[in-house]
Amino acid sequence: MRTICFYFQVHQPFRLKPYRFFDIGEDHYYWDDFLNRNVIRKAAQRCYLPMNALLMDLIHQYKGKFKVAFSISGTFLDQMEAYAPDVLESFQKLVATGQVELLNETYTHSLAALKSKEEFNGLVKKHQDRIKELFNGYTPKVFRNTELIYSDSIGAMVAELGYKGILTEGAKHILGWKSPNYVYSNSQDTNLKVLLKNFRLSDDIAFRFSNKTWADYPLTTDKFVAWLNAIPKEEQVVNLFMDYETFGEHQWADTGIFEFMRHLPEAIFKHSNFSFSTPSEVVDQVPAVGKIHVPIPISWADEERDLTAWLGNDLQDEAFDRLYEMEKQVKGIKDPEIQRDWGYLQTSDHFYYMCTKFFSDGSVHQYFSPYDTPYDAFINYMNVLSDFMLRVKEAKPEKKSKA
Amino acid sequence: MRVLMFGWEFPPHISGGLGTACYGLVKGMNHHNQEVIFVVPKLWGDEEELADFVNASDVTINYREKKFKNIWKNLTYLEVSSFLVPYLGPEEYQKFTDYAIHDRTDVDESIFTNKYQFSGKYGKNLMEEVSRYALVGAQIAKDRKDFDIIHAHDWLAFPAGIAAKEMSGKPLVVHVHATEFDRSGESVNQPVYDIERAGMEAADHVVAVSQLTRNIIIKKYGIPAHKVSVLHNAVLDASIIKSEYEKKVPEKIVTFLGRITFQKGPEYFVEAAKKVIDRDPNVRFVMAGSGDLLNRMIERVAELRMASRFHFTGFLKGDDVDHMYAISDVYVMPSVSEPFGIAPLEAVRHNTPVIISKQSGVAEVLMNAIKVDFWDVDAMADAIFALLHYEGISRMFKELGSEELKKLKWEHVAAKLITVYEKTLAQQS
Repeated sequence: MRTICFYFQVHQPFRLKPYRFFDIGEDHYYWDDFLNRNVIRKAAQRCYLPMNALLMDLIHQYKGKFKVAFSISGTFLDQMEAYAPDVLESFQKLVATGQVELLNETYTHSLAALKSKEEFNGLVKKHQDRIKELFNGYTPKVFRNTELIYSDSIGAMVAELGYKGILTEGAKHILGWKSPNYVYSNSQDTNLKVLLKNFRLSDDIAFRFSNKTWADYPLTTDKFVAWLNAIPKEEQVVNLFMDYETFGEHQWADTGIFEFMRHLPEAIFKHSNFSFSTPSEVVDQVPAVGKIHVPIPISWADEERDLTAWLGNDLQDEAFDRLYEMEKQVKGIKDPEIQRDWGYLQTSDHFYYMCTKFFSDGSVHQYFSPYDTPYDAFINYMNVLSDFMLRVKEAKPEKKSKA
Repeated sequence: MRVLMFGWEFPPHISGGLGTACYGLVKGMNHHNQEVIFVVPKLWGDEEELADFVNASDVTINYREKKFKNIWKNLTYLEVSSFLVPYLGPEEYQKFTDYAIHDRTDVDESIFTNKYQFSGKYGKNLMEEVSRYALVGAQIAKDRKDFDIIHAHDWLAFPAGIAAKEMSGKPLVVHVHATEFDRSGESVNQPVYDIERAGMEAADHVVAVSQLTRNIIIKKYGIPAHKVSVLHNAVLDASIIKSEYEKKVPEKIVTFLGRITFQKGPEYFVEAAKKVIDRDPNVRFVMAGSGDLLNRMIERVAELRMASRFHFTGFLKGDDVDHMYAISDVYVMPSVSEPFGIAPLEAVRHNTPVIISKQSGVAEVLMNAIKVDFWDVDAMADAIFALLHYEGISRMFKELGSEELKKLKWEHVAAKLITVYEKTLAQQS
């Protein structure tokens, strides 16, 4: 069996509003509703609605032979419910066809896996419950951690929760001479299969598609199928993982990205022996060729494929440590608003905005950031966090007196 | 007496203490029924009607005037490849670094035909604006003969003052609010220094905002001591401000408020904050303002892992400034070199105890304040800790501060200035 596994990350953070020092202790609502709504609505028109419609067409056209997988973060689900019920409905219809798989992740697209098992498990459970609630009892079987962050121990944690597979990056420094086009297993718990992103072919679509200086521009379906056919026969699975916003947002409609996707399945069925599978089908049907060792966490971000997009500089580490310092205290508080904010504040994007790697991937960070500089991002986040710390501090005795 | 005054900014559109000082001085002159013709590069239209304002952007220069060409020739040498960054904010600075300063050396007649739109800011065309402003100064001096004396504030307006003197032959007083040594330490911008020195030398009398500045003028600019007087700044209103702002956080607040630049010594405030927080975590530090050292300060605060106790507000104006003073428990001005420093007096008005560096002019007039060397972060930390914890000393400062302020009025400054004018005019005749 030779198969292609399409997976799309669907995520939007709750962005913070400009929150000033003077607001600390006074204003306890942190979220920029106007901006967040605008981002979702714009992306809905450009990407989510047209691409969902296109996928629906393909699913109908190829009657069970075309399939994809999504990981839709909880923060996205929440914002969809509030700002884009039309998008939510179209996702629900896609899932109802049975050709679309949903993956599990942490509810708020958080970095908890790196810090606290307890918090991580809690957020995974919350995401699971929310998917069940919105998608007619659907239960995901495969896991995708925030931004494909993975290590041996994160894999072991996920295996413990009962998942049979996990997605991550086919990072060069992990694979060495090995190919990403096989199924591997976690080095600590071989019951957990690991699917690796083929970053060359994925990024040909996600990043290089409209790059006119790229030698292979323009990318056509024939060209892409020729590359697939050039993959050695014994390599069975090609994992094409990308942001869903690739379609219409990162690559605008006028680049021809939608036409490319509309005709890709046809080209693949006609000129190759590849099929389409979802991650759980791959995990069920393809045996692992061996263990993959990832002692230090990897991700799909930037050239380094490590954690430096979110953690590592003083701004990020300070913000991250101050946040998780509160974990134990927050656990004891029932207040639903504190619980909500605690989750949303963990979203990895906040730390991404504080990245100072200007020279290599800074421009990508800048593109996604609502702030002018990482310093602005840091100041705003710390102001909010300072207020949140006050609320947590005040909330605590209340709970004690009740107990 | 009627004074032709050249400034660079005037409230409400100001970026620092210079505009505030000009405002106070003009107000003081009004109090003594003296008339002021006040020239600024750009008028916004919402200035308080205290003087006969002249908008330099509205002045048409008559290029046929031969003297103008000489003035312009003398000025262009200043512009040639001088890389000058006097008071840039971070955004401006970023833009500026991509920019090579204009390289015009020719004297083109067309330069003189139009009016020139000044930005009145401290941007990348600063040197060009300063030169243009000098031409405007000459034109005004030629057109209006109804003044007795010329008064120019800081180097930006010195060339205008010199030009006006050349045209009119009237005496010139230059007012030094800051020198290049205050702004840049020992790494002075030569063109700025040259203008400052030329202004002081051309002047009939030099006025300095503090003894500290007077010493610099004598030592570093070689101006004879008898030509330099001290005129301390004052406060616009000596009354204590009843705070309408309520503090929303339970912790005490220690504040730095000013440009975040070398001159203001922000790094000493950060290091002192760390020492205090280590001893008492129930304090919040606030750094209000912006400047080219802001990002470095943010990084340092993160590195010291105190960002949940040390906050940045960005540039504050209007009500926010009052708000900040009002909710502060201690105000610190750790300036490396501060010719005067009006801000601590504002803090006193808000009943906030202050710590000021010995290297500031305001230390010469403000007695009820703790004075430390800017570099002595241990002493600074001690002082902050003491003002936060020992009620007695901060209560005393609050009580005596208001008495002290009453002695610092702009009408007193203006009275002294009038004496300076009279002496200068007497020397002339």
